[in-house]
Amino acid sequence: MEKNKKQKQKATMGKVLCAIRPYWPFVLLSILAAAVTVIGTLYVPIVIGDALDYIIARGQVDFAYVSRKLITIVVVVLITALSQWIMNTSNNRIAYNTVRDIRNQAFQKIEILPLKYIDSHSYGEIVSRVIADVDQFSDGLLMGFTQFFTGVLTIVGTLGFMLVNNVAITLVVVLVTPLSFFVAGFIAKKTYIMFKKQSETRGEQTALIEEMIGNQKVVQAFNYEDDALERFDEINEKLADCSLKAVFFSSLTNPSTRFVNSLAYTGVGLVGALSVIGGRLTVGQLSCFLSYANQYTKPFNEISGVVTELQNALACAARIFELIEEEPQVPEPEHAIILEHPEGNVNLTHVYFSYSPETKLVQDFNLAVKPGQRVAIVGPTGCGKTTIINLLMRFYDVDKGSISVDGLDIREVTRRSLRGSYGMVLQETWLKTGTIRDNIIMGKPNATEEEIVAAAKASHAHSFIKRLPKGYDTVITEEGGGLSQGQKQLLCITRVMLCLPPMLILDEATSSIDTRTEMHIQEAFARMMKGRTSFIVAHRLSTIQEADVILVMNNGNIIEQGNHRELLEKNGFYANLYNSQFMQ
Amino acid sequence: MKTLLPYLRQYKKETILAPLFKLLEASFELLVPLVMAKIIDVGIANRDKKYVMLMCLLMVSLGVVGMICSFTAQFFSAKAAVGVSTKLRHALFAHIQSFSFTELDTMGTSTLITRMTSDVNQVQNGVNMTLRLFLRSPCVVFGAMIMAFTIDFKSALVFVGTIPLLSLVVFGIMAITMPLYKKAQSGLDRVLSVTRENLTGVRVIRAFNKEPEERIRFEENNRALTVMQKKVGKISGLMNPITYVIVNAATVLLIWQGAFRVDTGVITQGELIALVNYMSQILVELVKLANLIVTITKALASANRVDSIMELETSMPDTAAAESRKEDTIVIETDPLEKRTGNQQNNAPADEAVRFDHVSLTYKNAGEESLTDIDFSVKRGETIGIIGGTGSGKSSLVNLIPRFYDATNGRVIINGVDVKDYPLHSLRDKVGVVLQKATLFKGTIRENLLWGNKNASDELLNEALEISQAKEFVEKKEDGLMTQVAQGGKNLSGGQRQRLTIARALVKKPDILILDDSASALDFATDAKLRKAIREMDGNMTVFIVSQRTSSIMYADRIVVLDDGKVAGMGTHGELLKTCAVYQEIYQSQFKKAKEA
Repeated sequence: MEKNKKQKQKATMGKVLCAIRPYWPFVLLSILAAAVTVIGTLYVPIVIGDALDYIIARGQVDFAYVSRKLITIVVVVLITALSQWIMNTSNNRIAYNTVRDIRNQAFQKIEILPLKYIDSHSYGEIVSRVIADVDQFSDGLLMGFTQFFTGVLTIVGTLGFMLVNNVAITLVVVLVTPLSFFVAGFIAKKTYIMFKKQSETRGEQTALIEEMIGNQKVVQAFNYEDDALERFDEINEKLADCSLKAVFFSSLTNPSTRFVNSLAYTGVGLVGALSVIGGRLTVGQLSCFLSYANQYTKPFNEISGVVTELQNALACAARIFELIEEEPQVPEPEHAIILEHPEGNVNLTHVYFSYSPETKLVQDFNLAVKPGQRVAIVGPTGCGKTTIINLLMRFYDVDKGSISVDGLDIREVTRRSLRGSYGMVLQETWLKTGTIRDNIIMGKPNATEEEIVAAAKASHAHSFIKRLPKGYDTVITEEGGGLSQGQKQLLCITRVMLCLPPMLILDEATSSIDTRTEMHIQEAFARMMKGRTSFIVAHRLSTIQEADVILVMNNGNIIEQGNHRELLEKNGFYANLYNSQFMQ
Repeated sequence: MKTLLPYLRQYKKETILAPLFKLLEASFELLVPLVMAKIIDVGIANRDKKYVMLMCLLMVSLGVVGMICSFTAQFFSAKAAVGVSTKLRHALFAHIQSFSFTELDTMGTSTLITRMTSDVNQVQNGVNMTLRLFLRSPCVVFGAMIMAFTIDFKSALVFVGTIPLLSLVVFGIMAITMPLYKKAQSGLDRVLSVTRENLTGVRVIRAFNKEPEERIRFEENNRALTVMQKKVGKISGLMNPITYVIVNAATVLLIWQGAFRVDTGVITQGELIALVNYMSQILVELVKLANLIVTITKALASANRVDSIMELETSMPDTAAAESRKEDTIVIETDPLEKRTGNQQNNAPADEAVRFDHVSLTYKNAGEESLTDIDFSVKRGETIGIIGGTGSGKSSLVNLIPRFYDATNGRVIINGVDVKDYPLHSLRDKVGVVLQKATLFKGTIRENLLWGNKNASDELLNEALEISQAKEFVEKKEDGLMTQVAQGGKNLSGGQRQRLTIARALVKKPDILILDDSASALDFATDAKLRKAIREMDGNMTVFIVSQRTSSIMYADRIVVLDDGKVAGMGTHGELLKTCAVYQEIYQSQFKKAKEA
């Protein structure tokens, strides 16, 4: 298990390096600059100590030497600052550019993922990979480059400098510092339980908040405000209690490690002072060691933080790459045919399909539709009506058998031309952020004003659009907020009315529209469907009685087929369904 | 911030003690370089090993005392921070309870939820950090300067010059980058919304072959985000090098100046080293402060968001008349007639339950009227059906009765009194509403039913279940009334949920019952049984049934037909079929084809 995880981490690391590769000159520059920075930062205290050694007491100051040293400091500091700046800028560039590339890749993948993936994952999950995970990764990358790298270099450099100068003092520092890790680890372990309790209670509280505030209207309708507050306060008190514990105990880490650091400082002072007395060290060197003692412990504290951050970043990267490496939809054949103005002969032969192998759905489905025919699909919820549409549009591929348009297998034609041949209105209305006009012209970007208005009039959307503050230029926000469900559906219908492709798919296209408006739209639909092969899914039987063929589906299979009259005469499933709906 | 201060004031002791102990700790820390100077000047100069060890012991004890002070400070700041956030959450929750539907609509409940959770947490963090560190850092900086003065006045002047320069750089860079951070954040939001849209609309986008355009749109937004991020990074990346240069330049100055002072015997070598130490302490603190500022700005932004909720006042305060009624609510609730004679403000007939007096309604931020000049009255015990197309104003009309919204013009009068003159609490006690969305809460079925009336007997609950046609399925459950309902009632079917919400409203024993399209998930037979049971209930309940289905309202005493916010017809089913064109159309769209077949 552990080994597996390590391997996976290694693989992710490899991919991260691959993603960074285009920016390798900056990586090189950054590493060089980091090295210069660290050497500079470590060198300055030495020079300062050196200078201090020549400022001993009254009359014992070597001004010439001191001024030479001070000039050295200025030069080193300027070089160090410059390389620090170069390092920061290149890290920035590397991190943000890499992240931009990864995001673009992820989005490109989303556009060609099979619908199966998108349908079976929650949107929130995919979005959080592209946004939150990538963001976390970029933070980690940036921090890793700046702090981890310089931190390690600083530790190594300091150790080296210290060893060269005095072994005893170095030993003191090396022995004392791990203590701070130990203390921090001890506190973290102890507080873990308190944090867990805190987050559990917080979760409980959030659930109550969501329930009560989310349904505030019901709460008010029942005068439940006081009771809600009482319940809230109960949890709130509980949360206050465990939060206090968690916050307090975890905040002990910092003072404790700082105490350990001061121990190290004192240790250096003690051993150093004794060494000076023993003549093995100068005062200036002692001052240099003291500043090292501070510098040496700092990256240790930082690195422990950075390591968790880096691990987190790698985990995020792994999730992003998982998405990027997801199997895309089946590519089109090399010389895919472009379907042009199909007549509308649609044939489904021996089609088998299911979303998951365990539950069989569509089995040996056969259907031949002649140009201009109207096919209605009815049946109870979950019987597979929408599945047929998924297959016709090639959102999903059949498991066995074939679907053809004008005699061409739809797997042989380009997706673009196949989908462009259908006009589709779905039950779930989807509008994109933009103006009403942008949404209507989706299928025909070069439509004229007259065409747009004519389409909107046909779908009975014109009258409500006209009443909006800016008419056709009203901007609708994400998910069409501000418009009612019925109005959104009218816009979706308008969209199709405008581009009028040779075939139509209407999946519960009028489910959110009241019956009276629906009646008016039906006329427009009837006109639109004339001469066009159309597939209509509906639960209101009244809207499909005029179809040429009615497919009655149950459990993924066609159980009856025929026109309205024939099916009623048959007195089977359809007749039953029909009568139950209109039984008064 | 405004709302935050009163809460902080409640923790006066803690908010003063926490920084105080922090300062104590910081001063101990500031003593360390002085002790070190002593070690060098006295211990080393006199080769006195005992003195050196003694001083080291002193340093360790300074460390111990410092740690204890720090622990104390952490405790007080944690107490204040957690206490403030707890009180703030309570206040927010209570305040939101006072909102009217208009405020709930404008704010949106999801915003309210995030403000109560993550924003308050940010505030807690901010308070904690401020008390613990924010005050400490400037004190250490100034403390170091003061210590420098105690060593040597002239050398200390270097500090006086350096500190303002450093603060200028740190805060200047902060001031420039903060708004840019915000811009970068909104850039990220845009990338997020494009991604979301492409997932929710994947079928439409692919059906219309819009993938290439969407890709360009994404890449453009992504590029803009990267440009902004790099810009912020470039500016904030200047911070470290610049502060580094300033501090070291100051050190060089200090040493140069110190060399003269030592040469003339004003200060010792050890004291000069102490001065250099103080300078480097300042650098460390500044870096800490810079990191802290991000947390604090975030907390401030959160505090402002919380403020904006607290500042929002309900648009529906109780009127003076309502206030005066608060004392004698019992009289109103038990005998509306007597109260009416006491308040001769309306000369309504005694048996009138509800009157819409030329009512119109325009929602906030909406251009058009949703209801226009509605004027009719309803007798006690009458059943009124309300029908009309989507958006015709059916729900808006009944929502005025329990005063979920206030009419923009005209009055809604219940039992002869304007709804605005009732205390909200007693008004809503009279009215039982079943909303379109069937909402149940986590808990047992029993607990859910008791929402209407905490003291209801099991007998009453069973009676309500029977009328709402829910008795059968509840009894079939293993635990009966004690069956657990999952959050949002997810473990029940839509129809079951609807019947339970109806039962919940009936438990209230309301004078007026409103069913707002609340039987839509019921099949025809159950719907009919439900309506029959309600009709046969004891007492003189006035019932409003809102529906899209003609079958649900055709047997009502009177039907109000709404069209585009106006009354298009009123009367019995038979009358309307003859006189009202809109009603005819609705009826025919649902029945005509059935008859033909």
